[in-house]
Amino acid sequence: MREKLIEFRNVSFRYREEHPWVLKNCSFEIYEDESIAIIGHNGSGKSTIAKLINGLLFPQEGEILIAGKPVTEETIWDIRKDVGMVFQNPDNQFVGTTVQDDVAFGMENRGIPREEMIARIEESLTAVGMQDYHLTEPHRLSGGQKQRVAIAGVLAVSPKVLILDEATAMLDPKGRTEIMNTLNQVQEKNNLSLITITHDLHEVVQSDRVIVMNHGEIWDEATPREIFAKKHALREIGLDVPFVAILADELQVKGLALTKEPLNHEELLEELWTLHSTT
Amino acid sequence: MNNTLIIGQYVPGNSLVHKLDPRTKITLIFFFVFIVFLANNVVSYSILALFALASMVTSRVPIRFIMKGLTPVWFLIVFTFILHIIVTKEGTVWLEIYSFQIYSGGVFQGIAISLRFFLLILITSLLTLTTTPIEITDAIEDMLHPLKKVKFPVHELALMMSISLRFIPTLMQETEKISKAQASRGVDFRTGSIKDRAKAVVPLLIPLFVSAFKRAEELAMAMEARGYKGGEGRTKLRELKINARDIAVYLLFIAVIAGLLLTRGY
Repeated sequence: MREKLIEFRNVSFRYREEHPWVLKNCSFEIYEDESIAIIGHNGSGKSTIAKLINGLLFPQEGEILIAGKPVTEETIWDIRKDVGMVFQNPDNQFVGTTVQDDVAFGMENRGIPREEMIARIEESLTAVGMQDYHLTEPHRLSGGQKQRVAIAGVLAVSPKVLILDEATAMLDPKGRTEIMNTLNQVQEKNNLSLITITHDLHEVVQSDRVIVMNHGEIWDEATPREIFAKKHALREIGLDVPFVAILADELQVKGLALTKEPLNHEELLEELWTLHSTT
Repeated sequence: MNNTLIIGQYVPGNSLVHKLDPRTKITLIFFFVFIVFLANNVVSYSILALFALASMVTSRVPIRFIMKGLTPVWFLIVFTFILHIIVTKEGTVWLEIYSFQIYSGGVFQGIAISLRFFLLILITSLLTLTTTPIEITDAIEDMLHPLKKVKFPVHELALMMSISLRFIPTLMQETEKISKAQASRGVDFRTGSIKDRAKAVVPLLIPLFVSAFKRAEELAMAMEARGYKGGEGRTKLRELKINARDIAVYLLFIAVIAGLLLTRGY
């Protein structure tokens, strides 16, 4: 049985007393080594979940446990050692004047000795494919490169969970692919849970489980394939359904019997060219 | 975009002056400001000039960069020289134009003071030409360290400086973007009276400020998420080290001071 890493117990949150609830009575669990996607339209409460996990915000009701420890004012510094976060804007989370200074920032905060820092910088920059950019300044990097540096900065402190809060939202398609590839490699090599927070259904394909948020409540919790099958309902709660899913739907309307819900172009292609084969 | 952008006047290089510990450079410059006033005759001025010239040559910074640093003060240097010629009335009269006399003392005094100015600016601009702003920040943080005892926020100050340095290019790129966006909406930055042009800056500054505050807020959150909780118990990646070359330069500097004390007239 895998260990529970993050547990939300009936969590409710609002920014101010008179404001509406952003999260309403949410309960879910995330296990070690799991890859989770949290998806929802703007204002569905998905980013709030990330900030609650890291102790940047505290819930008014309910309880959050990280590796068995409740998130409180006293435990946040321990919890932040276990929870790494990458935010949306590549520029606004780059603290250092050069790439290596930025990767070092998290380690400096934890008081890691200098020699170890140097070794870990090399290691984590290699993990994200940025080993040739040690002394480059942030304004000479593309958005995708900056986000990879941000991931390296998180990896350097070896957390148990990495949260990506819309980390690809401001990137171009090339940067987005860079990040997705980097993350796949990183997760393969490290013992790391991954929480991807997004409004883009394309990005949930790789995850083990998807949590769909709508108006502060958990709307559904299932595998990506099960989620993709509910495309009409997804569109109703304001999510963009990928083209492949729509196409598969249309094909089924026209009477083509697909055996499973395709997640990407390759899978649909596979379905189509084997459609009439009998072997 | 902005691929050649260098903050401040730093000229990258690998010379002895570049490699010196920034604390050494700051300390020496601090004392140089005082010893400039020790010189009072030809020999002592020559020693000073020789020292300044030698540092300039070893730094291998191209002359044009040094001259660029001097442009804003040329006026001051020339002005002091002329002022001394007019005001000082010592020594013998060298030249008489109508009823106005130029004394030898005035010329000497003018040359001496202008030379002092020139050497001071030369040496201080060598600091910014051969040291990156971040090195200077580190050096200041380290040198102000004793002030921590009296609750002076040394670490915070240094962090503020380094974050400002990191965001200068970002904000410059943003300014360019906003000014293009506003120009495409019909804001005219280039023509009109000074008053009109000053007014045109307002739609540039307001969005810039709004976004800078937003950035600050997000950055603060990102820093907190990465475990930042002030200077307590922090280690540092960038390290300052006094090497043999620093000690050698200190010794040379002491020799220069000794030379000045020996050669100056009393």
